[in-house]
Amino acid sequence: MTSPAAPRERPLTPRKLLAAGLGLVVLLALPTVLPTFQTLQVSYGLIFGIAALGFNLLLGYTGLLSFGHSAFFGAGAYMAAFLVKYAGVTSMEAFLAAGVLAAFATAAVFGVVCVRYTRIFFSILALALSQVLWSLALKLFWVTGGTDGLRVPTPTLLAGALAPAADKTAFLVHRYYYYVLAVFVLAVAVMWVILHSPFGTALQAIRDNEVRAEFVGVQVRRYRYVAFLVSGAFTGLAGALWVPLNGLTTPDILYWPFSGKIVFMAVLGGFRTFWGPIVGAIVFNYLETWAVGFTVYWQLVLGLILVALVLAMPTGLAGTASLLAARLWRR
Amino acid sequence: MSLLEIRSISKSFGDNRAVDDVSLTIRAGELLGLIGSNGAGKTTLVNLISGFFPADHGQLVFDGRDITRQTVNERIRAGIARSFQLVNLFDQLTVLDNIALTIFAREGKTRHLMALAATDGAVYREALDILGQFSLEAKAGMLAGAIAQGERKLLDVAVAYTLRPRLLFLDEPTSGVSSREKAPIMDIVTSIVRSQRITAVIIEHDMDVVFRYSERIVAMHQGKILAEGTPDEIRRNEQVTANLLGAQPA
Amino acid sequence: MDTLVIQILNSLFYASILFLIACGLTLVYGVMRIVNMAHGNLYAVGAYVAAWIIGLVAGWMPSAGLFLLILVGAAAAAFAGAVLEPTMLRPLYRRAEEYQLLITFGLLLILEDLLRLVWGPHPLTASALSDTLGSFTLLGATYPGYNLFVIAVGGAAAALLWALVYRTRFGVMLRATSQDMRMAAALGINVKQVYVQAFTIGCFMAGLGGAVVMPISGAVLGMGVDALILAFVVVVIGGLGSLEGALVGALIVGAVRTLGITYFAEIELAVLYLIAAVVLFVRPAGLFGRA
Repeated sequence: MTSPAAPRERPLTPRKLLAAGLGLVVLLALPTVLPTFQTLQVSYGLIFGIAALGFNLLLGYTGLLSFGHSAFFGAGAYMAAFLVKYAGVTSMEAFLAAGVLAAFATAAVFGVVCVRYTRIFFSILALALSQVLWSLALKLFWVTGGTDGLRVPTPTLLAGALAPAADKTAFLVHRYYYYVLAVFVLAVAVMWVILHSPFGTALQAIRDNEVRAEFVGVQVRRYRYVAFLVSGAFTGLAGALWVPLNGLTTPDILYWPFSGKIVFMAVLGGFRTFWGPIVGAIVFNYLETWAVGFTVYWQLVLGLILVALVLAMPTGLAGTASLLAARLWRR
Repeated sequence: MSLLEIRSISKSFGDNRAVDDVSLTIRAGELLGLIGSNGAGKTTLVNLISGFFPADHGQLVFDGRDITRQTVNERIRAGIARSFQLVNLFDQLTVLDNIALTIFAREGKTRHLMALAATDGAVYREALDILGQFSLEAKAGMLAGAIAQGERKLLDVAVAYTLRPRLLFLDEPTSGVSSREKAPIMDIVTSIVRSQRITAVIIEHDMDVVFRYSERIVAMHQGKILAEGTPDEIRRNEQVTANLLGAQPA
Repeated sequence: MDTLVIQILNSLFYASILFLIACGLTLVYGVMRIVNMAHGNLYAVGAYVAAWIIGLVAGWMPSAGLFLLILVGAAAAAFAGAVLEPTMLRPLYRRAEEYQLLITFGLLLILEDLLRLVWGPHPLTASALSDTLGSFTLLGATYPGYNLFVIAVGGAAAALLWALVYRTRFGVMLRATSQDMRMAAALGINVKQVYVQAFTIGCFMAGLGGAVVMPISGAVLGMGVDALILAFVVVVIGGLGSLEGALVGALIVGAVRTLGITYFAEIELAVLYLIAAVVLFVRPAGLFGRA
């Protein structure tokens, strides 16, 4: 059986930089033109974009499909909530730092077991382990709030340099949106460097042929472990960013179908490209919101889309778009 | 001077004694041909030496050091490299990146997460240079999975060569390649191996290739060593001709 | 003493259900190297169809007949499997393994909502059935007869499956295909047919599990998703692809759940996953799995 084809990385051309720059300008301008609801949607999209980006380090670049990323997202979210509940902390930077650390620690523990396996076993193990956290969040209700979850109020940004906003919605739509955007840009830049580093090349080698990788001196298990750690940390960052926006964290984000959503996002956008997961996350967020509003059978809609994607458009939106673009340019 | 001493190495898979009490000395600088029919144990022997799986019994001494318990990575660092019978490449990476990645790994640079690979000019220059030695520089930008079989075989050898090994195992470097292409491949390989004074062990089925390019030949049969000697001695060895060469065209 | 008897019986009860779900999962993997993420939903299909049909005829059919209708639930799941394999899974065999996980996850989402579409958001039950067998007294303990019935079904299924795999010609074909698909095809075995048959049997077992437990716990939305995760723990412990592993894994998980609910209810699931992790550490392929 052939492995899923790799992301084709071409060097950072001026055209690419221009496109990215334009994208950034658009994102910067959005809150001024879009209604509140839409801006919030974009915020969520960017946050899930970070999660999907982290996830895809494992899938697209290392060849490991994790069905357990809800654990990292949830670790990040719950850690922020714990800071609020048990330490009275409201600094966003503290949330982010703690969230990333919590997710990193979770990945460190889970990774020890998971990276001994590949393919399906890896996927199932990641899933099973993520359920440990879910069951703990659900059962230890005196710590985690159980099914009610934990509330997280609007945090202070930039260590309180900006005065706390009076109107929560205005805050979320403006200051918090730009904060999320800034973190997003930073995360994308860091991930881009990582994937284009010698380490990133080693991961792709492992994905393509782990025997050969071992036989050129790349200790496969170690590299998978580090990839797992980085992937988890990114997704935890997303979780910590998400919880002030959502206002609340519940065990739902640790339940394994949420991991499925992250997988969906990457597949929708195209896990063979760098930008695919981000595009997929933003589109999926809109798709889900629309579907939930459109019908109570939104899972059916999403399920049908996923099946159609796998059967007819396995390279996802970004992948198909770049294939079409390549064909157009060839003419 | 002996580079590798194989002492009574054995490996069984269930009831099958793939390698049965094999002892052999590989001398530094020689070009050894390893022949034998299918199932004779040649690839298993290479797997044992390169560390793919551990031996059941026996000892391996490389350059005076006991490597029997060492990991694949340790053996690579010690100077043992190999190519594969069924080509093993990074198909979704370019030909150039296949070599570049190997250099990064060799230099320990694959640990660097926050550096851009493309900025390391020295690595890519060396990679291009190696490709040139193997006449593959024209294909540098193509994906390894997209080039012809003969070129893939050369690339597989090139990757192993990039590790700067002292002992190189080539597992059927010309299998699956048309007879026209075999000689050019072997010419390139042997000239590089000789000029760099790399000790090489070549597993081959094609007897013409083996007799033409090896200095010494070891013949295996059913997990044991049948005979060893110069090409002429082997050609004249009755046991070898009976078991291995009988089916060969005259 | 009577508590011990009840604990043991409860463990066997859970183990029976778990085995019914897990054996299908492991059989399908063993033969086809596919993990069906929607397997739990077929368990749910069995429960829903059985509940529905029993609800339809409960008025005028004697209880003995109602028991037979449990098989209708299992058959519905089997039918679904027979339809799904050629349409959704077969196109993906040549592609990477990841795609089958993705498509079966999509299937999970679809089935979840189809169940809701057809039968609505409220649970279905056939609790009348669970009462018909009354209670039995064993060694001083009083235990529901229906639970004993479930244990019997689980045991019978294990025996029948074992006989099918190890004592029939079809079983030989199954085992040959699972060991070496290409060789089996070369020897003239119709691998496509074996695949769809194996998948159907796996779905039947899952549906049977759902149908049989339904009179006690009802047919509820989300039961499939919950069941899948437990099935995964069972096959991870027992070894993916091994029927003995599914049996032993089911017994272990059943016992831990029973003890857990009694003695450490909050973390019983976490303990289960911990055991799975420990087993994997010691024996990476599971207790009976192939390396």
